[in-house]
Amino acid sequence: MSQLIQLAANGQASIVADTWTRVVPPAAGEESVRKQAGKVVLFKLTGEQTYTAEQIANTEIPATGKILVPLTIWQARKAELQSRLPTGELGIILATNETAEALQAEFADLNSLPLIAVFVERFADGRIFTLGNWLRTRFGFKNELRAIGDVLRDQLFFHKRAGFDSFLIRADRSAEDALASLNDFSQPYQGGVADVPVWRRISRA
Amino acid sequence: MYKYDPIDQQIVNERVAQYRDQTRRYLAGELTDEEYRPLRLQNGLYIQRHAPMLRIAVPYGLISSKQLRKLGDITKQYDRGYGHFSTRQNLQLNWPKLEDTPDILAELATVEMHAIQTSGNCIRNITTDQFAGIAPDEIIDPRAVAEIMRQWSTFHPEFALLPRKFKIAVSGTEKDRAIVQAHDIGLEFYKDDQGQMAIKVWVGGGLGRTPILGTVIREHLEWQHVLSYCEAVIRVYNIHGRRDNAYKARIKILVKALGIEEFKRQVEEEWAHFKDGPLTITQNELDRVAKYFEPMPYKDLPAHDASFDAAVASNPAFAAWVKRCVQPHRVPGYRAVTLSLKPHGKAPGDITSEQMHVVADLADAYSFGELRSSHEQNLILADVQLSDLFTVWQKAHAAGLATPNIGLLTDIICCPGGDFCSLANAKSIPIAEAIQMQFDNLDYLHEIGDLELNISGCMNACGHHHVGHIGILGVDKDGSEWYQVTVGGKQGNDASIGSVIGPSFSAEEMPGVVQRLIEVYVRERQDEERFIDTVRRLGVAPFKAHVYAEKETA
Ligand code: SF4
Repeated sequence: MSQLIQLAANGQASIVADTWTRVVPPAAGEESVRKQAGKVVLFKLTGEQTYTAEQIANTEIPATGKILVPLTIWQARKAELQSRLPTGELGIILATNETAEALQAEFADLNSLPLIAVFVERFADGRIFTLGNWLRTRFGFKNELRAIGDVLRDQLFFHKRAGFDSFLIRADRSAEDALASLNDFSQPYQGGVADVPVWRRISRA
Repeated sequence: MYKYDPIDQQIVNERVAQYRDQTRRYLAGELTDEEYRPLRLQNGLYIQRHAPMLRIAVPYGLISSKQLRKLGDITKQYDRGYGHFSTRQNLQLNWPKLEDTPDILAELATVEMHAIQTSGNCIRNITTDQFAGIAPDEIIDPRAVAEIMRQWSTFHPEFALLPRKFKIAVSGTEKDRAIVQAHDIGLEFYKDDQGQMAIKVWVGGGLGRTPILGTVIREHLEWQHVLSYCEAVIRVYNIHGRRDNAYKARIKILVKALGIEEFKRQVEEEWAHFKDGPLTITQNELDRVAKYFEPMPYKDLPAHDASFDAAVASNPAFAAWVKRCVQPHRVPGYRAVTLSLKPHGKAPGDITSEQMHVVADLADAYSFGELRSSHEQNLILADVQLSDLFTVWQKAHAAGLATPNIGLLTDIICCPGGDFCSLANAKSIPIAEAIQMQFDNLDYLHEIGDLELNISGCMNACGHHHVGHIGILGVDKDGSEWYQVTVGGKQGNDASIGSVIGPSFSAEEMPGVVQRLIEVYVRERQDEERFIDTVRRLGVAPFKAHVYAEKETA
């Protein structure tokens, strides 16, 4: 059974088959694990791992079909991936420690990508919400925006309001059960990416 | 005060249903501890030493008699017959059962209450001055904006999982009573030279392990933009705040690392993208909310009352209470009354179920059915007529709520500490009780005068020890409980962080240490000097000398 929940344009959620293949770099060898220590991005000492050159080189990329590729892999292996873009077969994964600006630098028109996924390693990492917001509002991304990684039902309502319209539920949890949480609240107070604060939405006189 | 409309009610009802299901899944083993943790915390539920602790929100400290009665009933039915007012104006239950918490929340929802975001790494209950709306020195009543902010922050989709907790305080008085400088964001309301309501924004203050007073990030913010501006601040923090080390995750650390200028640049740049968007508060919405905070239907009263004056003149106990527990009011013939939750020898901030009912009755009979809780952990009847004060005193006295010690040494701010809190290094309540007993002589207490003594059981500083004139902090030395003492901290516009006087003390030594500090003050004070003034004039040295001299000869 698929783990992927998708929102239709009318807001209706359903579980759909995942037509994308996620490209995952091979595990790093013991010695080559490097923490991103130091101020790569100013004051972002959060200890996330970056892929080594070896990992990037050894990543297997399927020759056909729709592929979802980490931004770092795209950056290093653009030449071989380029041709997949016009055919609508390329989607990009942004990690929560990466920036929307870095993505924009690669794709002047973000809407040339049919899918952007934001990968959250731990569900408690709320940066994913700001990234969703930015991609939708500041960067005007209109196509599918997917939450992947440690995606659990109790955060889905927030993901949805932060601009995500598909959610790949963590493999050991039921996507069926998670559907219910998308409608936890019927009339939220504040605006979200697609909606205005309640006092602009309805009359509260 | 604010009253729920169907939208507000639906949100708390849906929250109860959501939390009930989350708790069911946790108890059924479908959610791990780690997964349930942020969910329960965002509903104020801690797992503590002996039992869970449930923190119920009292938004900006305003509570109705009906709500307080309900709390009285809840503490009786689900707890051990008492509750504890915290330094963030909320009410804590120390002994609820985890399985009961959904039912408790359902009960709360019937009186327009909840426990939403009273803990967790999200925007917490917004706090303010307990005398908002009635203080003679108030320039702007900030409560309508505070309520608008409460709604905006409730289940904010982007800020549900911040690097760390986020506290906002608002104040609109000349004399700051909300310690806005010790909050992640502090909003100081004032009238600008156009006569418009404007806000001075402080950022990056906080107590805890690294106490820092906030810095002004914007001198003048139009009230219409308060949500968008706060959103910009928190967004920058959400992205750049540290997530690898909980002790370095507060916004104050980020502001310090970047420097206020760079932080401000990032905030302003972010803000420019959406400043005039849908978050701009409309006059309509402000008016809708503000009508709940209009002045009470006061009577036209003379500024003096003969029966009151006579009672003060003839009854020294009443006079002492009036001196300490009765505060000025902007309307002639009215006063605010502080009911002390600090009787000597009891845990500061505790109140029994029966007392809650007494207080609710007092509010109904004498103060328009409303109450406030203060960050000093007392309760306030905000609108009492002069002619009723004597009766209020008698009834409060009979219920043990009239200790005339407000603002005095025994009006101790104290966190739950090692008796309840699993983070504690040391107990705090027994220290407070011992100090109260040491100074149980009311005449002596009054002679010492204004003094704020704050106690925290650990670095997290829930008891605001850094800003106490005397601050006491529980520390752990080789597994035993010790206490570090600071003097010279202060809240208010001229806030300061206290300085440590020297090596720490055992629990038994503490009443004596405070006694020595007071001896130095009494010996050295000039004219009308308060304790804090003497400390500021002389510095720590004479206090240190006396305390440790005694220690060596002892
Ligand atoms: S200061 Fe420490 S001991 Fe006291 S309540 Fe806060 S966390 Fe617990």
